[in-house]
Amino acid sequence: MDWLTTVDHKKIGILYLIAGGLFFLVGGLEAILIRIQLIKPMNDFVGADTFNQLITMHGTTMIFLAAMPMLFALMNAVIPLQIGARDVAFPFLNSLGFWTFFAGGVLLNISWFAGDIPDAGWTSYVPLAGPMYAGGHGVDFYLMGLQIAGIGTLIGGINFMATIINMRAPGMSFMRMPMFTWTIFITSALIVFAFPVLTVGLVALTFDRLFQANFFETGNGGNTVLWEHIFWVFGHPEVYILILPAFGVISEVISTFSRKRLFGYSSMVFATVLIAFLGFMVWAHHMFTTGLGPVANGLFSIATMLIAVPTGVKIFNWLFTLWGGSISFTSASLFAIGFIPTFVMGGVTGVMLAVAPADFQYHDTYFVVAHFHYVIVGGLIFGIFSGLHYWWPKMFGRVLNEKLGKATFWTFFIGFHLTFFIQHFLGLIGMPRRVWTYLPGQDFDTMNAVSTVGAFLMGIGTIIFVINVIVSAANKSPVADDPWEDGRSLEWSIPSPPPEYNFKQTPLVRSYDAWWNEKQKGNAEMPPAEPVGPIHMPSPSILPLIMSIGLFVAALGFMYDHLVVAIAGLVVTFGSMFCRSVFDDHGFHIEPEEQEKGVHA
Amino acid sequence: MSAHDHHLDGHLPHEPEKATLEGRNKILGFWLFLGAETVLFGTLFAAFIALRHQTLDGPTADHLFELPMVFAATMILLVSSLASVFAVQALHQHKVKAMIVWLIITILLGLSFLGLEIYEFNTYVSEGHKLTTSAFSSSFYTLVGFHGAHVAFGVLWIGLLIAQIFKKGLTVVTAPKIYVSAIYWHFIDVVWVFIFTVVYLMGKVG
Ligand code: HEM
Ligand SMILES: [Cu+2]
Repeated sequence: MDWLTTVDHKKIGILYLIAGGLFFLVGGLEAILIRIQLIKPMNDFVGADTFNQLITMHGTTMIFLAAMPMLFALMNAVIPLQIGARDVAFPFLNSLGFWTFFAGGVLLNISWFAGDIPDAGWTSYVPLAGPMYAGGHGVDFYLMGLQIAGIGTLIGGINFMATIINMRAPGMSFMRMPMFTWTIFITSALIVFAFPVLTVGLVALTFDRLFQANFFETGNGGNTVLWEHIFWVFGHPEVYILILPAFGVISEVISTFSRKRLFGYSSMVFATVLIAFLGFMVWAHHMFTTGLGPVANGLFSIATMLIAVPTGVKIFNWLFTLWGGSISFTSASLFAIGFIPTFVMGGVTGVMLAVAPADFQYHDTYFVVAHFHYVIVGGLIFGIFSGLHYWWPKMFGRVLNEKLGKATFWTFFIGFHLTFFIQHFLGLIGMPRRVWTYLPGQDFDTMNAVSTVGAFLMGIGTIIFVINVIVSAANKSPVADDPWEDGRSLEWSIPSPPPEYNFKQTPLVRSYDAWWNEKQKGNAEMPPAEPVGPIHMPSPSILPLIMSIGLFVAALGFMYDHLVVAIAGLVVTFGSMFCRSVFDDHGFHIEPEEQEKGVHA
Repeated sequence: MSAHDHHLDGHLPHEPEKATLEGRNKILGFWLFLGAETVLFGTLFAAFIALRHQTLDGPTADHLFELPMVFAATMILLVSSLASVFAVQALHQHKVKAMIVWLIITILLGLSFLGLEIYEFNTYVSEGHKLTTSAFSSSFYTLVGFHGAHVAFGVLWIGLLIAQIFKKGLTVVTAPKIYVSAIYWHFIDVVWVFIFTVVYLMGKVG
C-alpha cells in the first residue's frame, strides 16, 4: 500500500526501476523472438503479421517503456541527493508522472491480449498507420498508450528542471553540479521542448483515425511527409534525451573509479549543451530519401556531422580522466569503459549515415539497425547497467555481487557485438530492415545465424543480472555510506539507503566534487548549512494512481467508441484534480528526536 | 522543504506568491510548462500552415472568416488579460475583494469569448466546413479548438480559485495559484493574437 501512495523520490525511483525493468524483459523477449524468426532463410516460426507486431512493440517498448523509465529511475534515485536536496520540487507530480507512464505502458501491452496489436513500426509512418492500411485498433493502442505515458514524461522533465534550478544546496553553483546532474538538467529541458511535438503528432493521427480528420489523408489534402517531420522533430531530440544521461553516468563512474577529477569539466558542460542544441537542428537526416531536395539534404547533412565534434570532446575527456588514474575494474567501471569504444563505433556509423548521398544506399537496411543499436544499446543500456551497479548500494543498501556483475558484463558485451557488428555488413550487402524473412543464397544466412546467437548471449547476460538482484536481496549485510570509498558527490556523504528526509541538515557545498574535497580535508561529514530542526515532509497520496486509472479507462472508452466509458474515465481524473486543488495538503514534520532514530527509511 | 507555515499567521508579505519555496517552485514549474505549451501550439501552427491551402471542394478561409466578429473576440480576450493584471495588482496590495471582482470580470469575458467561438464554429459547420471536410478544416478546428479548450479550462480553473479564496482567504498557499493562473491567462491571450494573425488575417489576405 505504501508503494501505491508514496511521494518519496527514492521509492518512486525504485518503482520506475521495477516497471522499466519488467518492460525491458518484455521488449527483450520480443527481440529474441524476432531473432529466432531471422535465424535461417524462409523461416516460418512467426508469420509476417506477427513479425510486424513484434518489431513495432519491441521498438516502442524499449524506447518509451524500458529505456526512459530506467533513466527516470536513476534520476529519481540520485538527483536530489547529488544536489543536497530533501526532495524534488513537486513530489505529488513525481508520483503522478510514474503512474501515468505505467498506465500508458500497460495500455500498450494489453494490445497483445486484445488481439489488436500495433504493427506500423515504432515510427508509425502514415499511411501505413492511417485508417486505410491499419484497420482495427492496433495503432490506437500505440497512440493512446504513448499519449498517456508522454504526460508522465513531460511532468518528469518539468519537475527535474525546477528541482535542479531551485533546490540546490547552498554553495552548489551551476558549475559545481556533478556531471550526472548536468546531463539530467539538459535532458529534462529536451523533454520539455520535444515531447509536446509528439503530443501534437499523436493527437493529429488519433483525430484521423477516430474522427476521420484529414491531416495525413492525401486523398483529402493531407500530407504524409508532415508526419515524418513532426515525428522526427520529436524523435531526434528523443535519442539525445536517451543518451545524455548515459553520458552523465559514464562521467561519474569513470572519475570515481579512476580516483580522479573529471577531466575538462567545463568543456563537458559546454559539450552537453551544444549537443542538445544541435540535436534539435538535424531531424531531417531521417528523411534524406523523402525528396527534400539537395539544398535541405546538404544543410541537414552538415548540421548532423557537427554533432560529432562535441561528442568527440566528451570521448577524449573520458580517456584523459582514465589516463594515469588508479583504475579499479568493478562491474560498474567495466560497463563504463566498454561503453567508450562501443559508442564511438555508433558515432562513426552515424557520421557515415549523415552523408546524404551515401544514406541513399544505407537507408532502411540493416546498417541503420546496427547504427542505432550501437548507440542505444551499446551507449544507453551500457550506461544504465553501469549506473545500476554503481548506485545499487545507495538505492537498496545492498551491494550487487561483483562476480555475477562481471559475468553480466562479459556475456552482455560479447553478445552485443556478436549481434550487431555483423549487421553492418548485412546492411552493406543489401539486407533491408523490417523484412520478416529472406531467400537462401543471398549471403545473408550465416551472418543472421551469428546475430541470433549473440542475441541469446545478451539474454543470458540479462538473466545473470536478475539472478544478481535476487542474490543481493538475500544478502543482508549492511552497506557503508560510501561503499566504493572513492565517492565524490554528495549522495555518498549520507547513509545507504538514505533516510526518508535525505539530509538531516542541508549540506554546505564548498567546491566541485564536494564530498571528495571534504574527505581530502579530513572531514568525516559535510559541513551543515542549517541547524538541526524539524523537517517538513509531503504526505503520501493515492490520487496519482486514481488519476492514471481514469486516463486509462478514458482511453479505452475512446478507442472502442463507448463515449460513456470515456467520459466516466475523464470525470475520475478531473475529479481527482479537483480534490487535489481544493483540499490543501500541509504534509507533516519529522522532529529532531525521530531523526536520531533514522526511522522511516 | 524549509517552507514553514509561519507566514500564514501574522502579516502577509508584499509578494505572497513568492514567499515560500513551494510558491517559487510552482511559479518556475509553471513557466517551464508554458515552454512546453509554446512548443505544442508551435507544432499546431506548423501543421496548420502546411495544410491551410488544402481546402479541396470545401469552403476556403476567405469565404468563411468574418473579420469583425473575430476582431470583437480578440478585443474581449485582450481586455480580459487586462482584468487579470488588475487582479494580480490587487493581490499584491492584499485587496482581496478587488481581486475577486477582477477575477470574476476575467472569467466573464472569457465566457463571452467562448460563446462567440461556439457561435462561429456553428456557422462554419452549417456552411459545410466540418472537421472531416478537408485538411484545411481539420487543422483549423484542431488549432483553434485547442485554444478554445484552453480558454474553457482557464475559466473553470479561475472559477475554482475564486471559490478557494472565499473559503481560505489569501494566503501563501493560495497566492501562487492566483498568480500562476494569471500567467496562464496571458499566455492563451498571446496565443490568440497569433491565431488572429496567422489564421484569420492571413486567411483573408491569401
Ligand atoms: C554522432 C552522432 C550521430 C549521428 C551523426 C547520427 C546519424 C544518424 C542518421 C543520419 C540516421 C538516419 C539513418 C537512416 O534512416 O537512413 C540515424 C538513425 C538513427 N539514429 Fe543516429 N546518429 C548519431 C547518434 C545517435 C544516438 C546518440 C542515438 C540514440 C541514443 C541514435 C539513434 C538513432 C536511431 C534510433 C535511428 C533510427 C531511427 C529509425 O529509422 O527507426 N543516433 N542516425
Ligand atoms: Cu537522428
